[in-house]
This record gives sequence, structure tokens and C-alpha cells, in this order.
Amino acid sequence: MTSLLSAGLLSAGLLSAVPRVITVGAGVLDEALRAQAVPTTPVSWRPPLPGTAEALAAVLADPRRRAANELAVGRLTGARPYLVGLRRASEVLAAGTFLHAGPPITWERASGPMRGALIGAMLLEGLAADERAAGDALAAGAVALRPCHEHGAVGPMAGVVSPSMWLFEVRDEEHGGTAYCSLNEGLGKVLRYGAYGPEVLERLRWMDRVLGPALAAALERTGPIDLRALIAQALQMGDELHNRNRAATSLLLRELAPAVVEAAPGDAAAVLRFINGNDHFFLNVGMAAGKAATDAARDVPGSSLVVAMARNGTDFGVQVSGLGGRWFTGPAGVPDGLYLGSYGPADANPDIGDSTITETSGLGGFAMAAAPAIVRFVGGEVADAVRATRSMYEITLAEHPAYQIPGLGFRGTPVGIDVTLVARTGLLPVVNTGIAGRVAGTGQVGAGLVEPPVEAFTSALLALAEVSK
Amino acid sequence: MSLGQHGTSEGRREMSGLPQAVLVRRGAYHDSVTLMRVSRALSELPGVAAAMVAMATELNVSILREMGFTVPESDPGDLLIAVRAAGLDAAVEEAGRLLAASHRPSGEYAESAESGESGAQPPLTTRSAAARGPAGLVLVSTPGEYAFFEALDAVEAGLPVMIFSDGVTLAAERRLKELAEARGVLVMGPDCGTAVIGGAGLGFANVLTPGPVGVVAASGTGAQQVTCLLDWAGVGVSHVLGVGGRDLSAEVGGLSTRRALRLLDEDPATELIVLISKPPGAGAGSGAVAGAGSGAVAGAGSGAVAGGGAVAGGGAGAGGGAARSLAGEALSTPLVPALLGPGAPDLTQATEQVLRALGRPVPEWPCWPARRGPRAAPKRIRGLYAGGTLSAEAAAVAGQGEFTDFGDDAYTRGRAHPMIDPALRVEALARAGDRDVVLMDVVLGHGADLDPAAVLAPAVARTPATVVISLIGTEGDPQDLHRQAAAFHEAGAAVFTSNAQAARHARSLL
Repeated sequence: MTSLLSAGLLSAGLLSAVPRVITVGAGVLDEALRAQAVPTTPVSWRPPLPGTAEALAAVLADPRRRAANELAVGRLTGARPYLVGLRRASEVLAAGTFLHAGPPITWERASGPMRGALIGAMLLEGLAADERAAGDALAAGAVALRPCHEHGAVGPMAGVVSPSMWLFEVRDEEHGGTAYCSLNEGLGKVLRYGAYGPEVLERLRWMDRVLGPALAAALERTGPIDLRALIAQALQMGDELHNRNRAATSLLLRELAPAVVEAAPGDAAAVLRFINGNDHFFLNVGMAAGKAATDAARDVPGSSLVVAMARNGTDFGVQVSGLGGRWFTGPAGVPDGLYLGSYGPADANPDIGDSTITETSGLGGFAMAAAPAIVRFVGGEVADAVRATRSMYEITLAEHPAYQIPGLGFRGTPVGIDVTLVARTGLLPVVNTGIAGRVAGTGQVGAGLVEPPVEAFTSALLALAEVSK
Repeated sequence: MSLGQHGTSEGRREMSGLPQAVLVRRGAYHDSVTLMRVSRALSELPGVAAAMVAMATELNVSILREMGFTVPESDPGDLLIAVRAAGLDAAVEEAGRLLAASHRPSGEYAESAESGESGAQPPLTTRSAAARGPAGLVLVSTPGEYAFFEALDAVEAGLPVMIFSDGVTLAAERRLKELAEARGVLVMGPDCGTAVIGGAGLGFANVLTPGPVGVVAASGTGAQQVTCLLDWAGVGVSHVLGVGGRDLSAEVGGLSTRRALRLLDEDPATELIVLISKPPGAGAGSGAVAGAGSGAVAGAGSGAVAGGGAVAGGGAGAGGGAARSLAGEALSTPLVPALLGPGAPDLTQATEQVLRALGRPVPEWPCWPARRGPRAAPKRIRGLYAGGTLSAEAAAVAGQGEFTDFGDDAYTRGRAHPMIDPALRVEALARAGDRDVVLMDVVLGHGADLDPAAVLAPAVARTPATVVISLIGTEGDPQDLHRQAAAFHEAGAAVFTSNAQAARHARSLL
């Protein structure tokens, strides 16, 4: 029988190979095709998120969308972030300003760990004599609080950056952008989890005095370090670059060690021991790399690509390429995970930190299948990790050309969240995270998974529909 | 998901001595055919007096109220489980089990319990499915307000798409067809009920012998009538390409019709093309074909058949010109238009024109006269149709009566099409009186009810009305044309394979 399908007449050769029919909707029509021995690919279809149908129609019909998304996600995956050096935060911050994680927040609405970190920064900077004075000064607005994201920076957990702190500087050699992130203090009682006790401040002062200068000098010797290549290797060594950074930290340490010895012989042992003692040392470097890549994808008119997901401990915020610097927020959820020692869910603060920049750039929860060693964070089985990553291809625009997962046949990680796909599938981004204690000063209490609030994505979609009219 | 968690919005009360309940599952979605099957399975359980599992659309809520259920507050995105049964809890539990079973992924997406390996992620969008490997076509049958999203994915992936769904806005249709034009792909629909491509039937499609006739149809059931009659006459069909009822409107400008005609013209298997359109006013809004017949596409009204052919047909002449100018240039394949409307031939006559154009004899169209006459002198015709074009054709031929198209949007929101779900027509039969002639279609083929006579024939036997059935099907259809005809005949109906003849017969009874 001559058939249109086999003759490829319907669309110039497209049908010449396999006359497979994609079916979406009523199962009975799929069954009818199978009964005729026609191979089908049924779509597991559900109606979109409630209240989004009209906005979806407007955004999907926007003639700019397709090309805009291609351009934006192409910039995101094409970025070539290099670690180029360290800078004092005072060089990139306005005086009298502290940066924090997530969307904008006031002292009044700030959660325990966010307040704790801000208090710690006041003490560190010598702007207050004690905890009470720091709190009073912050409540009185003595310091301007601005999101890291608005200053080309990101910060894990509370993400508080004060002028004296050192920042990693990462440059996107492809598009020319620059991104910053603070230095990782280690686990336990640390400022980013809202702890501000004497040992926390002592460590920060050592980082300020010894670690920062030594790393700055070492990087001058090594020259720029190719983070895209380093992250690609770490993924193949079992990191997902959010909750597991052991391989990436080791790789970075290998790159830096000789230069640290040469640049700061007196402090080299202490510096290298500090880095070696903190499996998450690379997290902040990787976050800056993610920030550089996602910033390259910003401000493409008509694009529905998510360029930032970030939490301040109270709100979970999203930014979209086609919507400039506007934040779309919903209440931050409490992570579901494993707790340290005797801590439990009652001790947990709502979700906090800019580290979701990893998921935004196709790592973290999106690359969970690469990190079987930490699958207990996502429910216990390797299959759950694989499922988590596979599901994220449903809401992303691309597969990363460099970041690949060996266990999935070196498939690129799912990258570039599209708010229209989130609304259509009802699938929210999988986010791995650390869990901060809810009381200021407690520090880390666990790690696990968190579900972003759906309204952050739906309100972004509605705003896109407004601008696409 | 356990049913117990939804007890908060549960309406429970006693009626006719039996306990009953309506449970609401917020935001749970199942397609209407699945729900109809679950409802049916539930109703057949011992001890269950009544059961309906359906999305909480206005129509379904009103049906539940008529059934005597108290429906808790809900909106169309919620699922309602209504049961009246002696063993209420067991029945409700069974409903949950049936729903869960309908959601379980099968085949390549199933979980492998043995290995503990996760199943592959099933595609959640057409975009995702299209990215997974070669496909030839996308068939969209989601509720109409969402069909645009999936169809757009198809067009953007460069795949031809058939949109079975109705209720797609005119703006969305235009946007899709303009994009498709730029990508060089065919958009069939929206509201395209049938297509046959390379022997594969899509949507509601009869099993047709392969042959020389290609069909471009703005009307699904119109195409089914013509191709089924051709099949009976021993003439096969190459392809049936649906274009949707609004394609020939001035707003859409026949973009899909043009492309479909061109495709068939280039197809070596197609020796003659039939272009079928809806009668004026039967299209969804906008006076579709009127525009096509005159302004938008008429132009060269002279030749009845475009291209090299030689078939003429009175009122269809202008249509032939329309089709020719639609195609942009003369088709090299002969074309017979079947542009339904006042003064134009009916579908059966159009089919006979095709046969004459091919030099084939016109056979007697099979019919099974009623075993006995009407019980009382019939006074009026009630048309209970599943096919919109068939309904309009019958109304035009009968020239009187009250016709309902149960396939219309208003009756299919949140429930399955009447070709699958007979419930509304069974009720209508029960309401008919002894002075009524009920004229109804029964459409066979892939996608349709696997045994329509099983439910409809007893309803025909019960009704006091005189019943005339237009049975649209082929001998190859899975339902068995002859067995279906026999069942309706046994039930007391007169059965015709020509809808026009059925309508004429109905009129003759008055």
C-alpha cells in the first residue's frame, strides 16, 4: 500500500521513517491506534496548573517566545565561567550596605538564621558592640539590605555579605559577565546558617586575614581556572554540585595547592587543611559559576526562561529572563530531609539561600542522578535520584552540552527551567538544600529536598502574559 | 491517594433506603472516556444502585442532581465520585481502585518491581514526546482550551497534527495554521473527528479498503458517510485528511484545505479527490462555508471539477471552482466537491457522483426495513445525532423536526463523545413519545463504542417512539456492521446505511 506516511508526503520526509503517532488526551484514541498496530507515544497529559490556561495561551502565542528562549538558554549553556580571583566585598558594594540571599527582605520579616547572620556581620564589621545593639541597629535601618542577586552576587543560606568579606570573582569568558560569591566557612556553627558566636567570628576573621589573601595570591599564580571543565569532571565523579561538592572541592584543591604553597608558604598548611576539611568549599565557587551563566541569559524580551531561584528564609523568589529584575515570590517551604543529631523538622527554618542557582543552571537536584552517594537526601534509593533528574527534562529547555551524567549514558543535565512548562506539567523544580535551624545562632540542622511554592512560577507566567500582549 | 483524605467535602445521605455519597477529589484529572468506563464498571457491581464518576462540570453536576445526589461545592477541575449502594464503603473503595488502575503507567513507563529500576519518565507534553525520537504525526484530544498548547508543540517540532478537540478559539486556530504554513506542516482540525492516513485510522475512523479516492474533509462524519458508502460500492480510499469545520471560513482562509489538496494531488495513490465541507451554519460560528462558497474562494465558478477531471454536479459547481482556486493552481487530480448546503446534493448523492466519475456502478445502499409499522400515527421527527454534519444533512432532507447534535461542545464538556458514551441518547430515547419518529445515527469504526447496540438497542426496544437508524460503518469495522444492523433491526428500528435515505424514510412515516 502506498501511504502518505511512508511516502513522506505530509511533511517533506519527516514521515518517511517511522509512522509513530504521538497521542495526547483521550486514552481511547491511543488504544484505537494500537489496535491497528500503529506504534504510539502516549503523552501522560494533565491539565495545566489552575488559573494558568489563559496566560499560557498568551505566552505560548507570543511570536518572540521560541527564538527568545533559544537565545536565552543558548547563552546559559554556552557560558564559560572561569575563577579569576578574589575581591573585597567593599569593592563591589555601596557603603553601608549588606547583601543577603533571596528576594528583598526587611529586618521585620527576616527569619531567625537571616537575623543571626546579619547580627554576625554587624559584629564582624565592628558596627555594634553586642548582639542586642546589632539587632537594634538593624531594626533601625542602620544598614541597607539588598539581595546578592542585584549586585551580580550569590550567597549560600543567609548569604550575608558585608564589606570586609572576601568574594570569589568568576568571569564568563563567553559573554563577558562577572559574578561573585563569598567564601565557604565549613559546616556546623557558621554565619551562613545564622550562627554568630565567638568561634564563628574568629573563623571569619581568620578567613579575612589569612585565607582570602592566600587564595588571591595563589590565583594570581595559577591564572583563571576553567570552572566549566571542573564542574563537568566533578559530575562524572559523583557530585551534583549542591549537596555534594566533594569531588569538585578535591579537584579545586589540586589546582590550587602548589600555588598556595608558593604564594603563602607560612600559611599554606592551614589554608590547605581548611579547604580539605570542608567538602563544600567548592559550593560557593560553583554558585558564582552558575550566577555568571544565568546572568548571561537575562533580559531577553519574550523569554520564559527562569534566570534565578533564590530564598531569603521567608520568601522563595523567581526571576525570568523576559521580565528583567522583577521578583515573583511565594512562601518558602520547610525542607524535607535528614536531620543532624537530635534535630528534627520542628527545628528547621523555612528554605533559605541563593544556592538554588545550581538548580537554575542545571545542577543540584537537576543532576541528582549523577550523585548516587547522597540519594538518601531524595528519598533513599538510587532510582529516586534518577527519577528526579529524568523528571526535570520535562520542564527544561535544553540538555547541557558540557555537564553530563555518566549513569544516563552521558546525557546532558536538564537545564533552563521554562515557566510555561512548569505551568503545563504542574512539575516544580527539584531543589536540594541544606536546612538551617530556625533559631538565630543555631547553625545547620540537616539537609534534604524542598518544594518551591507554585505561585512564584504562576505569578511570573501571568506577568509574562501581560507583557506579551 | 486514598479516598478517605477527601472526606471533608463529602455529601452523604440516604435515599431510596440506600446510603449514598458524593466525594470530591480536588484537582484530580482523568479523561472523560476513562471516567465513563469507571462509572460503568462501578454501576455494574452487585449492590450498586447508581454510580457516576465525572469531572465536576456544570453538565455533570446537573446530571448528578437529576440522579438524586447532593453535590458538594466543587469546580470543573475537581473529580466527583457519586455512589448509591448497599455496601457504600466497598463501592467507594472500588472506585478508588479503578481510578488508580487507570493511572498506572504501562509498557515502557512501567516500574520494574524486580530490578528496583525506575521506569522511564513518561513524556508530560507533546514537546517532550516529540524530542524522544521520530514520530510522524501528533493526535491531540485534550479538552479544547488546552489543545492549542500541545498542537503548538507539534507544529514547532515540524510534525503534522490532528486536533480532535473542539472548543479551540479561532485566534488559536489561525495562529497554529499560520505557523504550520511557515513550517510546511499540515494542521488537521480543530474539531477534526476523523482521518485516515496510509491505512491508519485516527480519531473516529472506519476500516476502509485501500483505493484511489482521497478525501479532504471539513466535516468528520460527512467524510465517514461518504467513505463508508464508497467502501460498500467496492471503491477504496487512499487517505482522508480532515481540516476542521472552520478551515474554509474567511478568517482561516482554507490554509489547511489548500495544503491537504496539494498533498493528495501529489500522492501517487490518489486518483480522485473528494472535498467535503459542512453545510452552512453547521460549522462552529462564523458562517464558515458560506464564505468559502462565495467570497473568499469562489472566483472561477465555471468548471465543476478542477484539473483534468470530468465530473459535474449541479449545485456543487461553484464549490469546484472554490476548491480549484483554493489549491492556488489547477490540480492535476480530478476533484469532486461535496459542499453541503441548500440545493446541493446530499452526501449519498455526492458519493454517487464519485462513483460515476470513476465509471463504477452505483449499488443499492443496504437497508433493513422495520419489522412492523409505527404503533401510533407519528407526528414529528426527533433527531438524536452524534455526528454534526449527519444531523444537519438529515434535518435538511427531512425538512422538519427537532434535531439535537449530542456531539456538540455543549454536550461533551467533561464527558465522552456520544459515539463512545451512549448515556445522553439513551435518556433521550426514554423521554420520546409514541407519536415521535426518532431519527438517529450510529457510527462505527475505530475509536467509537465497541458495541453500541449493546446499550442502544435495548433502549430502542423500550422507547414507545418509532426509530429510524442511520448506521455509518463498513464491513471491516471492529463492531461488525451486520451484527449491529441485526441488533437494531431486532429491536424494532428501520436501519439505513445512507443517512439521507434514513431521513427520507423518517419523513415518509409522518
